[in-house]
Amino acid sequence: MNLLWTWLADPAHWQGDDGIPVRIAEHLAYSGVTLLLAAAIGVPLGLWVGHTGRGRVLVVNLVNGMRSVPTLGLLFVAVLVVGPLLAGDIAFVVPAIFVLVVLAVPPILAGAYAGVEGVDPGARDAARGMGMRPLEVLAKVEVPCALPLIFSGLRSAALQVVATATLAASVSLGGLGRFLIDGQAYRDYGQMAGGALLVAVLAMLVDLVLAGVQRVAVSPGLAPVRTSRRTGRLSRLVPTTT
Amino acid sequence: MKHLAIVTAAVASLALTACSSGNPLASSAPASSAPASSAAAVSVVVGSANFPESELLAEIYAGALKAKGVQVTPKLNIASRETYVPALQNGEIDLIPEYTGAFATYLNADADTSTEEAALASLKAALPDTLEALEPASAQDKDSITVTRETADTYQLKTIEDLVPVAKDLVLGGPPEWKNRAAGVPGLKKVYGLEFKSFKALDVAGPLTVQALKNGQVQAANLFTTDPSIKANDFVSLEDTKSFFGAQNVIPVITKSKATPEVVGALNAVSAKLDTDTLAGLVTKVVVDKQDAAAVAGEWLKANGLV
Repeated sequence: MNLLWTWLADPAHWQGDDGIPVRIAEHLAYSGVTLLLAAAIGVPLGLWVGHTGRGRVLVVNLVNGMRSVPTLGLLFVAVLVVGPLLAGDIAFVVPAIFVLVVLAVPPILAGAYAGVEGVDPGARDAARGMGMRPLEVLAKVEVPCALPLIFSGLRSAALQVVATATLAASVSLGGLGRFLIDGQAYRDYGQMAGGALLVAVLAMLVDLVLAGVQRVAVSPGLAPVRTSRRTGRLSRLVPTTT
Repeated sequence: MKHLAIVTAAVASLALTACSSGNPLASSAPASSAPASSAAAVSVVVGSANFPESELLAEIYAGALKAKGVQVTPKLNIASRETYVPALQNGEIDLIPEYTGAFATYLNADADTSTEEAALASLKAALPDTLEALEPASAQDKDSITVTRETADTYQLKTIEDLVPVAKDLVLGGPPEWKNRAAGVPGLKKVYGLEFKSFKALDVAGPLTVQALKNGQVQAANLFTTDPSIKANDFVSLEDTKSFFGAQNVIPVITKSKATPEVVGALNAVSAKLDTDTLAGLVTKVVVDKQDAAAVAGEWLKANGLV
């Protein structure tokens, strides 16, 4: 533990090109781009499957299959396959983002289609009865009702991606994984532990931010029970982290 | 509570990751069975660094020892020297294949490694009391600064010194430990006055490094001189005019208490048969032909009458 605090407390580790703030920024950049891409794929596809009920068996199996792909192995394969086609650092960035997207799409897609599928059939019928067209039903009724589950998928994907973006460092990129890999290479356990702690804290902060966004975005009339439970949970969560 | 559970699980799994990669020696590998042997069987834990040649050498040592009835426990692919040397000193492993010059420089940054004799003498002088260096093999495998044929032609590069005026435009690639190691970036600056544009942490002279060099993510890279990919890709290893990487004979380094006459005899017999061409050939079998290191080691031991 002493090694950990010594490493974290050293001001030299908080500045420069390979300092902690730069690594955190890189880590957030990889994670952010990954989540945007994964959401752009997972949310529309999930909504479509949930709305139409079509392709459900295919999607569920595909999603479960993707979850079982070993990310590190896929990363090395992707680097060796994609690398020769690209020049510069992008040859490492593209494979790294790709494998993270593969990791992030399943929970997002599952959240979106489960959310839409779980919408009260009565509400859907009522919307149709009011003369809404299918797209209007989706946009005005199904998506708002599905938002809690869509967010749940996004948050679980965000946690996984922030934790796994450490792998980018194994193919020469930056991010907080640099501290884990370099720490092992120099046998600097303080650096490794510090990197691991920063990843954990970052993952929790990202989840808290998304929880905040969720509170604002989800209609309070939708799930008053959930909201109060969440508030209760957050206030219990804080003491355990300090 | 679901998210709290996920967060807790994420933290826990991170903590586990940190532990497992931080101390690869914590989990005990299963002891391999030694042939029915003498009552006073010695047991030796053989370690190796995290690159194919080191693992292959460790397999060769293990095979030679097993043939003499020594109980052998392999703990291969540990990590860099910075990790396995402390493990050797505190008894977590007993035996490791090493390189005279690189190990001498690790122990003493000012060690003279310019010739084979000097490197061996420096190593023996710098070695802690608990460890013993046995007979070195004639086989050498050096670190190198290697560039593509194209880069060599563009900048007229033959030696590492030729890099000095152009290094500021070039990116150097190497294993992560090179960033801080005397035999890495700081040493290149001290000995040759070389300052590259930047340093990129890749793998230990493995496929990632080869590809980064080939595709131009780095313009100069650390590869081992026995690496078959140098020839395969028509790379140019720059001549080390100041003997920065020094002489690098393969040498078994062992904990003194484990160096019984039969152990020493078996390992010295291996060193006596191992020359650079042989080693390069064996590494090619593992790296290019993707053969199992243990099988390659066993075949070679058999062919040389060591088992």
